[in-house]
Amino acid sequence: MTDLAHADGAPIPAPVTTRKDWSSDQEVRWCPGCGDYSILSAVQMLMPELGVRRERTVFLSGIGCAARFPYYMNTYGMHSIHGRAPAIATGLATTRPDLDVWVVTGDGDSLSIGGNHLIHALRRNVNIIILLFNNQIYGLTKGQYSPTSEVAKVTKSTPFGSLEQPFNPLSLALGAEASFVARTHDLDRKHMIETFRRAHTHRGASFVEIYQNCNVFNDGAFEQITGKEHRSDMLIPLVHGEPIRFGPEAEHGVVLHRDGSVEVVEVADVGESALLVHDEHRDNPGLAFQLSRLSRGPYEPTPIGVFRDVDRPEYGAGMARQIEEATAKRGGGDLHSLLRSGSSWTVE
Amino acid sequence: MSDTTTDPKSPHSIDRVVIRFAGDSGDGMQLAGDRFTTTSALLGNDLATFPDFPAEIRAPAGTLAGVSAFQVHISDHDISTPGDSPNVLVAMNPAALKANIESLPSGATVIVNVDAFEERNLAKAGYDADPLGDGSLSAYTVYEVPMTSITTEVSKDAGVKPRDAERSKNFFALGLISWLYTRPIEATIGWIEDKYAGKPLVMEANLRAFKAGYHFGETAELFESSYEVRPAALQPGEYVNITGNTATAWGLIAAATRSGLPLFLGTYPITPASDILHELSKHKQFGVRTFQAEDEISGIGAALGAAFGGALGVTTTSGPGIDLKSETMGLAISLELPLLIIDIQRGGPSTGLPTKTEQADLLHAMYGRHGEAPLPIVAAKTPSHCFEATLEAVRLAVKYRTPVMLLSDGYLANGTEPWRLPDLDDLPAIDPAFATDTNHTDSDGHQVFWPYIREEETLARPWAPPGVPGLEHRIGGLEKADGSGNVAYDGPNHERMTRLRAAKIAGIASDIPPTEVDDDGGSEVLVIGWGSTYGAIAAGVQRVRARGHKVAHAHLVHLNPFPADLGDVLRRYDRVLVPEVNLGQLSRLLRAEYLVDTVSFTQVQGIPFRAAAMEAAILQQIGEASPDAVLANGTATANGAEGNGTAGPTGPTGPTGPTGPTGPTDPTGEVSD
Repeated sequence: MTDLAHADGAPIPAPVTTRKDWSSDQEVRWCPGCGDYSILSAVQMLMPELGVRRERTVFLSGIGCAARFPYYMNTYGMHSIHGRAPAIATGLATTRPDLDVWVVTGDGDSLSIGGNHLIHALRRNVNIIILLFNNQIYGLTKGQYSPTSEVAKVTKSTPFGSLEQPFNPLSLALGAEASFVARTHDLDRKHMIETFRRAHTHRGASFVEIYQNCNVFNDGAFEQITGKEHRSDMLIPLVHGEPIRFGPEAEHGVVLHRDGSVEVVEVADVGESALLVHDEHRDNPGLAFQLSRLSRGPYEPTPIGVFRDVDRPEYGAGMARQIEEATAKRGGGDLHSLLRSGSSWTVE
Repeated sequence: MSDTTTDPKSPHSIDRVVIRFAGDSGDGMQLAGDRFTTTSALLGNDLATFPDFPAEIRAPAGTLAGVSAFQVHISDHDISTPGDSPNVLVAMNPAALKANIESLPSGATVIVNVDAFEERNLAKAGYDADPLGDGSLSAYTVYEVPMTSITTEVSKDAGVKPRDAERSKNFFALGLISWLYTRPIEATIGWIEDKYAGKPLVMEANLRAFKAGYHFGETAELFESSYEVRPAALQPGEYVNITGNTATAWGLIAAATRSGLPLFLGTYPITPASDILHELSKHKQFGVRTFQAEDEISGIGAALGAAFGGALGVTTTSGPGIDLKSETMGLAISLELPLLIIDIQRGGPSTGLPTKTEQADLLHAMYGRHGEAPLPIVAAKTPSHCFEATLEAVRLAVKYRTPVMLLSDGYLANGTEPWRLPDLDDLPAIDPAFATDTNHTDSDGHQVFWPYIREEETLARPWAPPGVPGLEHRIGGLEKADGSGNVAYDGPNHERMTRLRAAKIAGIASDIPPTEVDDDGGSEVLVIGWGSTYGAIAAGVQRVRARGHKVAHAHLVHLNPFPADLGDVLRRYDRVLVPEVNLGQLSRLLRAEYLVDTVSFTQVQGIPFRAAAMEAAILQQIGEASPDAVLANGTATANGAEGNGTAGPTGPTGPTGPTGPTGPTDPTGEVSD
């Protein structure tokens, strides 16, 4: 975000705000008990802490329950069409580098109809923050399976069970060359806020998967790992530079095998020095990919936090640089000369 | 072509000539044609060109499918079409001869690369016997020139491999035609030196081939004479020769410059629209951002995102690409943001004829979205007019906060004509007039910003890109409450908003010029067209008038809304003929809107109308029989009959009813065009 400055170059600080300043006057209309509420409040609580300006902040969304999010933020915003928010955000973020552009999406929106736009926005490293609310179900259309629903899931559209292998959103993002990949969940506001803060700090495309409970059509999908009583045994917090371990007594850990695979072990069995030390900045995404697949689903110990955070040229900045270079080389555009750039002749 | 010179040694002066360069798609015919055109433009001729190439980049060499052609019409007077049929055909191989010979009138000149007429090539072209030897070309004046062997011969000692040297034979052909039509060679020599500066061997081979072709004409004593086409009496001014796609790209840059809006093109490569992307991507010093998206949907989506951010958002496409963009057009209509959608129409449906022209997207532009979703439509009528049409489309988009569809087509995109450069001060002013302040007092007495409060005159809503404190607002594809823009599902509000959106677009009629009618007085027949049929209609009208008949011509640039006076104009005439390269789409719109009994005249062959077909169709409306070729043929070398079956009847097209002339009408020749 480009800071505003006085004529003498001194930066003008953003006004101090509170959560209320970031809430719009629109009545929030998610189902009572929906996980979306806690994500909204985490974002609204984070904003004042970031010291950013409302008028320089944009929330964009596609279609789905999550996509109502922009209406509730007192910023600039657009509720667009199904799956297309990353494409729309690409045009906005590249022409307006002074803005913070947040994309709020769901598993149907960004992994099904908008899959193509998602992977290309990540690959290009457009300067946007993508919050993917993953509830493993279609909510707004009332309960069909989604691209993250587990195999054999019985839904309205799959009375005999879904036949489809689900996407692992983090594996997909890593495969799409994402430079920032993280996971959090809707029951831990503090973890959400810290994860969103990190995503905001990152230059380029930031991808955050949020395990989000749909209490109407897929209640408890993540309960086995995110429920308060299960968390310490089932969530593996990733901390950069620290050995990966978890459990009430930090008695479990993760090791890296010689064949590149990772595995959950008992620290007592292998010794602390054998544990994998988490490195968000590894150039090679292979290890992050392995970690993204450590659990086969939200019923096994599952890593959360920042999987990957690497520096890579940001797309809009590259576009701006080419414009600057062309302008420096040729001077600003001159329409008169442009029209005569081919062969011209004069008729007297 | 009229012959006004008698001295056999000096060039014969002719008033016009149509030349078609034809060869394999790898033979460089487009390049040869383009260079000939540039030289002729610099000489001051009026001209029009028609490149015609296959969809395959390299179809099997020597086959009919692989033939690529470039037709250029040069003249010492004002012309509007690339010519119905060539006076001269340059055929680089048997396939090029076979694919084009039927479009030649008797008496035309055929120059063949005789080296290519060997058994294998003849077989590939489907010739049982060598047409050069079996008398089948007796109606033409045929010159057999060993282009390949001379081209390789002259580069023998230049260190160029014979295989590479052979590739310069298009420059040999260009050199020969340059001599035949007394074109100066310096410009092309300079161009070759410049273009191939990094490849000295290629440069040398091309230069030698080009000069060899020129000198061959001079010394071979094959040709009785060379010809000259004197400069046309064009309006004074500075000219360039320009394609429709380049004019479109420059129009976008001009619009960005005039409005002060940064230009953002979001697009996906598709023939024949890609050249606009190519051209714009070269001009970053204008602050132009070009985004080659992952698909058509993303192209328009990114353009809309840029527009939301206060840029001039543009997307370009063709054929099936326009289908994919429909969804986002609907969103842009709902958001009421400026956006330009440029459709370079090509033959459809589906992949259709990717490199061939058609005008069949008009009804799609008009109605191709779900819901009541009107948007303004502007159509360019000639290659150079694409510049002005683009500026007009942007003007409407920005002023009325609406997506606008600009229709061009494959013929305009790649065709060229001389363009008198406009005075930059005369270009329209385009004022983004961004919102700067709150515009409403809410029930608590607070000053707030409501994104859907409309300007009284235009019904346009404010354009408020992010960045202004106090104007934060949310918009979306859900129906919005009139004024506040908040989500609203109630019926009466939806009806009000639906009617407001429609009224906004309809109201543009008062902001566009009245119908321009070219009527010499007393005409009973009006020919009304749109888009790239302009040249053929103008030429047809000219021919009909040259026969002493009266006919009027109107050409629509604005197709939605129509000019306010259009109904009155149509009702002034007994008969209204609507020629289109589709099955009668404008005709349907006119009938529906004005209850006028239009006559639809259509063809869909991937090529523009011929002037002769247009002439015959108009004469039929006037009640005249098609003219006799001999009577009409005013000049010794003018084209004879060109069995024009092209202008077939529209057949069962529903409401358009009885249609155009069917027959093998033509005739004539080029009376004036």
